[in-house]
Amino acid sequence: MSIASSLSVDKRDIVALEGVTKRFPGVVANDGVDLAIRPGEVHVLLGENGAGKSTLIGMLSGLQQPDEGRILVDGEPTAITSPRHALALGIGTVFQHMMLVPTLTVAENLLLGGPWWQRPKTEELEARVAEITRTLGITVRLHAKVSELSLGEQQQVEILRAMVRNTRLLILDESTSMLTPKGIEELGALMRRLVGQGLAIVFITHKLKEAAAFGDRISVLKLGRKVGEIPPERFRALGEQAIISEIVELMFGKRKDDPEAAERPVRVIHAEAAPLLQVHDLAVAPTDEAPCLSSISFDIRPGEIFGIAGIDGNGQKQLAEALAGQRATMGGSVRLEGAPIEALSVGERRERGLRYLTDDRLGEGTVGTFPVSINFFLKQVGAAPFWRKGVEQRAEIDKRAAQIVREYDVRTPSLKTPVARLSGGNIQKVLLARELAEGAKVVIFNKPTYGLDLANTLASRQRIRDTAARGLAVLLISTDLEELLSMCDRIAVISNGSLVGTVENADDARTKVGRLMIGLAA
Amino acid sequence: MSIETAPSAGATALDPTAAVATRRDIQHRLLMTLGPILAALIIAGCILLAVGVDPLAYYGFVLEKGLLSPLGIQQTLTRMAPLLFLAAGLIVAFRAGMWNLGGDGQFLLGAVTAAASAPVFVQIMPAWLALVCSFLIAMVVAMIWSLVPALLRAYQGVNEIITTLMMTFLGTSLANVLVKLVFRDPGTTVPQTRTLPVEDRLPRLFETTITSGLLLGLAAIIIVHLVMTRTAFGLKLRIVGANPRAAIHSGLGVPKLTIAVFAISAGLAGLAGAVDILGVQGNVRADWNPAYGLAVIPVVFLARMNGFAAIGFVFLLSVLSIGGESAARRLGVPNHFTLVLVSIVLIVLALAEYIDHRYNQSRRV
Repeated sequence: MSIASSLSVDKRDIVALEGVTKRFPGVVANDGVDLAIRPGEVHVLLGENGAGKSTLIGMLSGLQQPDEGRILVDGEPTAITSPRHALALGIGTVFQHMMLVPTLTVAENLLLGGPWWQRPKTEELEARVAEITRTLGITVRLHAKVSELSLGEQQQVEILRAMVRNTRLLILDESTSMLTPKGIEELGALMRRLVGQGLAIVFITHKLKEAAAFGDRISVLKLGRKVGEIPPERFRALGEQAIISEIVELMFGKRKDDPEAAERPVRVIHAEAAPLLQVHDLAVAPTDEAPCLSSISFDIRPGEIFGIAGIDGNGQKQLAEALAGQRATMGGSVRLEGAPIEALSVGERRERGLRYLTDDRLGEGTVGTFPVSINFFLKQVGAAPFWRKGVEQRAEIDKRAAQIVREYDVRTPSLKTPVARLSGGNIQKVLLARELAEGAKVVIFNKPTYGLDLANTLASRQRIRDTAARGLAVLLISTDLEELLSMCDRIAVISNGSLVGTVENADDARTKVGRLMIGLAA
Repeated sequence: MSIETAPSAGATALDPTAAVATRRDIQHRLLMTLGPILAALIIAGCILLAVGVDPLAYYGFVLEKGLLSPLGIQQTLTRMAPLLFLAAGLIVAFRAGMWNLGGDGQFLLGAVTAAASAPVFVQIMPAWLALVCSFLIAMVVAMIWSLVPALLRAYQGVNEIITTLMMTFLGTSLANVLVKLVFRDPGTTVPQTRTLPVEDRLPRLFETTITSGLLLGLAAIIIVHLVMTRTAFGLKLRIVGANPRAAIHSGLGVPKLTIAVFAISAGLAGLAGAVDILGVQGNVRADWNPAYGLAVIPVVFLARMNGFAAIGFVFLLSVLSIGGESAARRLGVPNHFTLVLVSIVLIVLALAEYIDHRYNQSRRV
């Protein structure tokens, strides 16, 4: 590792990251990432949502500070303390969402951020913009209102703004997500001209095609770690198809001496046993940020782990919430032990034995300011023996909580500690303890190891295996293919809100699931 | 390491340090509360100086008339009754994360209906029963008045700050209209409701002028405090307040709880109006609006929504407002200066909190 990082320090690097780690409460967003950014190169950062791309950009643009590791600018270790500082260092960022003031003109937007005591130097700007646009071959209407421009034009303005400020490193964060295919093509051409002028570009995307088409160098991020890099020499040697398949290999492939690799124990599932959970033709209306779910059908038998694979944001969370009763459905049936539950409330479904372990541990799984002990019973408020006639029985709660803390090895200073103070792994243990409490029959795990360190990841997986071994039905939703392959009996792939295929977890499952995930037939 | 490794040993070993820590914690709390209040008194004193009033004389009057003189302290304790009910209502709402800022409208409608119904009831039933019925009517009317913001918030997610404030404008106007047009006492020339005879009002405590409504108010706020901290219902409301998404995830019926919160909060505000009328005023005059509801909001924040602390702060507010009223008459300082004083206290407290937080953060790093 140290050899690799010292090798990566190169005089030519504008910016280099060395072993950068960033943690958020409960999540490791970046874990020892090394990255070298050179002039004249489009460096593609590829990864799914939650892979840590945005955090990395946040640190480069001065919005966040790394917890460990360092950032070198021109070979010098530099703490990028603020966005202003990043700009002064020549690092300009075009964020995913437009950061222009729609009611002002392009020129006014470009002049924002100048010293407040001076009259804006409009003529100077016009001369400079004319020079830049001429060399780049784009046209920008300086006196048009931003709200009148198309999204592609707005993006050009943002890039122009970075150029006006003498940017040497331009970061484009998911810049193609809102563009038309033609706009994407134009952006690609523009990027080539910019690097032709000696600029360094970091281009963030989760689309493989764009990465292969526009990049010189590709780094693949996966769950906060950098899992591979394709350098320019190799990039040029390979054709587009070869690059894409190499990326797929990096994103979904098995690493050598992987500590997470565990032999999947052979479980005997009685095929004739009645399914514990039957989902038939489930449909959910689309929302602003999620696709609709349509005709989702599957069965899970006792003792079976059924996996849902897919790129994040394809309806996984909506599926979990619809099953748990948190989200209204448009049709279809959900049966628990043969009895329909689709009309029941969240609490009633839980009572029947359906448990949902959410992926949003602090956002909805716990009440961060409440003590650990209360969070164990958040879904049982009012139930005996912890409440009698509606009155809290603190002794009972503490006794049972202490027992759970021991049983699940929750590391907490005390039972009274606010749960948000615990590490992600320990919060997850609180959730596991709560959802696996007596009466569970079907458990939905949504990204159960997301953002956890290795030890807690392995412990959580063991819990899930034990759950299935007890004869419960397990629905395991994960974006980590490795995880699914090491645990599931069958894996379904979700894409754009529907299940595009189900694969028995046999020897060739990896390839089949991987192909389904990127939209190819298995 | 789980915490259960050696609970008893750990407890005994930690006891002395823990005691020191709690004592330091209490000292810190006291400093963080009293220090800013002192600072605020000094700042307010500067303002008084600026308008040409001797601040020492002003504070002297406030203390004399609000706290030290026998009549003053009795008035102060009497004034506490409606304020305690309002504070209790706000504690429920704020702990559940809902901003019922419509206390004044609910208060006045409760007051008017109590004032209108009590004189009628005393003629047809025993006095105690008449009072109970009037209290109930005031409570129910205030609850109904909160239904619009409650339903909008529960089912449409409409911000309750706006709706309750709007409803309070409507509520105060409606209360006025009711006094002038519907419940107007034909026997007087000034527009006001019929007056409840003194002997039919809430009894006074012992040989004093203190209303027994004080005891009702104390009971209300203590019950609210216990319900919020010790019961499943209170915990559910606190979950909704602390993390609404966790409440949905946990299967709580958030819309119903929301409506319950508004009903309880408004009901207590209505009772506050009733206790002021049935205990002290006896009638409602047109355009009467003491605006207690807005004055109590900062107090509840100062108390950090703790019922017992709120009793102390409500007492302080009462002293300030009773003392301030008489000081206003003597020294020509506007009556509203009490509110100025309370808001300076609040701002200084918030600043102190912020600085303390920053200090702790920088020390940790």
